[in-house]
Amino acid sequence: MNKILLIIQREYLSRVKKKTFLLMTFLVPLLIIGMYALIVFLTIKGGDKQTKISVIDESGIFASSFEDSKSVDFTESSQTLSEAKTKITESEDGFLLVIPKNIENGGAIEMYSQKKPGISTLNKIEDQMNDILRVKMLKDAGIDPQTLNSIKPEISIVSKEITAEGEKDSSAGAAYAVGFAAAILIYISLFIYGAQVMRGVIEEKTSRIIEVIVSSVKPFQLMMGKIIGIGLVGLTQFLLWIILSTTLTGVAGKALLKDRMDLVKTEQPGKVDFNQDTAPRQPDSDEVGMEIIKAMQTIDFSYVLTCFLIYFLGGFMLYSALFAAVGSAVDSETETQQFMFPITLPLLFTYIMSFSFIVNNPDSTLSFWLSIVPFTSPIAMMVRLPFGVPDWQLFLSVALLIGGFLLTTWFAARIYRVGILMYGKKTSYKELARWFMYKE
Amino acid sequence: MLSIRNIVKQYANHRALDDVSMEVQRGSIFGLLGPNGAGKTSLIRIINQITAPDSGEVWLNGEKLNPSHIEKIGYLPEERGLYKKMEIGDQMLYLAQLKGLSRADATKRIKYWFGKMEMESWWTKKVEDLSKGMQQKVQFVATVVHDPELIILDEPFSGFDPVNAEIITKEILELNAAGSTIIFSTHRMESVEQLCDSIALINRSKKILDGKVNDIRNAYRNNTFRIRYTGALNDVQAAADIFSVIDQGPKDTGNEMTIQIRNGYTTNHALGFLLDRVTVNELAEVIPSINEIFIQKVTTLN
Repeated sequence: MNKILLIIQREYLSRVKKKTFLLMTFLVPLLIIGMYALIVFLTIKGGDKQTKISVIDESGIFASSFEDSKSVDFTESSQTLSEAKTKITESEDGFLLVIPKNIENGGAIEMYSQKKPGISTLNKIEDQMNDILRVKMLKDAGIDPQTLNSIKPEISIVSKEITAEGEKDSSAGAAYAVGFAAAILIYISLFIYGAQVMRGVIEEKTSRIIEVIVSSVKPFQLMMGKIIGIGLVGLTQFLLWIILSTTLTGVAGKALLKDRMDLVKTEQPGKVDFNQDTAPRQPDSDEVGMEIIKAMQTIDFSYVLTCFLIYFLGGFMLYSALFAAVGSAVDSETETQQFMFPITLPLLFTYIMSFSFIVNNPDSTLSFWLSIVPFTSPIAMMVRLPFGVPDWQLFLSVALLIGGFLLTTWFAARIYRVGILMYGKKTSYKELARWFMYKE
Repeated sequence: MLSIRNIVKQYANHRALDDVSMEVQRGSIFGLLGPNGAGKTSLIRIINQITAPDSGEVWLNGEKLNPSHIEKIGYLPEERGLYKKMEIGDQMLYLAQLKGLSRADATKRIKYWFGKMEMESWWTKKVEDLSKGMQQKVQFVATVVHDPELIILDEPFSGFDPVNAEIITKEILELNAAGSTIIFSTHRMESVEQLCDSIALINRSKKILDGKVNDIRNAYRNNTFRIRYTGALNDVQAAADIFSVIDQGPKDTGNEMTIQIRNGYTTNHALGFLLDRVTVNELAEVIPSINEIFIQKVTTLN
């Protein structure tokens, strides 16, 4: 036991002391924040250039009512259809929209261009045309435009969860985001730290220190020491990230608050004679911010965090044992490919399923099984968790995860003890099976 | 001290050790000899409890081999290796503690050995910054730092330059004089035959010969002598009933011949014949080397 502690200590310290560890600790949160900032920035910016659309409006209903937006630019064309068509064939990125006279009676609208129009462009045009036509038809039906403007329902469902503490706001959007983040983090970290275990094993094998070590400790002790040591490195990293990001957001939050206070102060003198009706509306962006904060408050972070750590550790132990077995079977990292595939497959499958299926159907049968089976549960359960998972499912899943890693560890240890002493042989699956069957 | 009894180790399609038994006396220097692939390393791994035999037993100090014995054995594997990116001092501490030393004891003993081998300045260096020979020295210290009763050295001199090999040999003899039992395992038999008290020869997973070096060599003496002489010797056939000539001819050092004296005769008879004819400068018995004995034994077995 004492020797396992020694091994854990070495594995842990030799990694935490490295400069790359410190670098990762500070760089990764910045990178992630930067990446999201970039995505948000690009989405807001629209990113793409304007699509130019010339319109031949034979009905005379639409042409004057089209509104240019960031991505579409409408121009009314006075040319004849055939002229316009030849013009389109000459230009590379022009579009020609032809609206027939009998549009109100089901006439077909046509779009001519050299290349296919994007779906979002088509949607935008259709939306605008629907609106314009609807307004016109309502007007024709005798409805006052003023009345029309006042009837603009905006529906948004506020979801409430009934819990022991009574009703509380729940937010599907926030659950979505937290589940996503946790699943991605587990997926990535299983690979990062699993690969570290594998590389550690290969390093000991290629540097040939392995024989010295196993003459002092049992291969199983060495393997477990390595796995636990690196698992602790992962936990340390997460802990530092959590501390770092809470401090950062704390500081940022304070700074924002201070800005707001300043704003209010500077506005005060100018508002000597303001009256209640024209009270300054808060800008939209603030409202969005408040909503996000409110949504985030609906998630029980300590609960999610605890589960995250449990599933990270469980998943890590389960997979890193397999990674260790792979490392023991090869002489260099380049040979790992053939054994890595079956290990990464369930992870990749769950990862893809998480975003395409589980997040939309968190309580379906498939989601349930994915979050119960130990090989897929670390990712699948994290996606389901923010939507609410019954306790018995959570316990079952964690129990199976523990059982799973005991099983893979036992399995991996049998391959590992033989593999670490084998050199210069290209290993096949058949060989692995034979190693597995060896007694002591 | 070490008793190996009827060890069998079977791998998938070949038998690495086939009913191998041997005794190693306390305080002796024991040579485990045989060509590559004979099963030496398999046997050593069993003694080190890295692998277990399929059948047979190993006894150490009158006890069946068990995990408590790990701390009493020092093992220098054939394939040397250290953590490349770890500081030498930390690495030694780690390895010594794995062998059961407390941190304080380990530090003390490492300092002692580093001083003895003039390696004090290496403490904070990394293995990748050391030369091959220096790494070998570090590895040697790692093997003996916990003061083991039994030191097993697999191909100890491969990778050492002559100067370092000399230093290591000296240290090994010193440890032996202080009471440690040494096992050398090597396929280069001539490199250790001067050092060993006893040997065991292994070939194709079977032990073919063991015993004290002197006993074995005496057993393989066959009345062969090498004689250096000056003068012409043309009627050597006349002595055919005293000795047979194995080899005769002029060498750089003068005329030389190798003879085998027949049963019932001694060197005196041969000399009597020769002294009448030539001047004898040197007469020496040709004692077969372990290597020759090995080859002879293998060919007779086949």
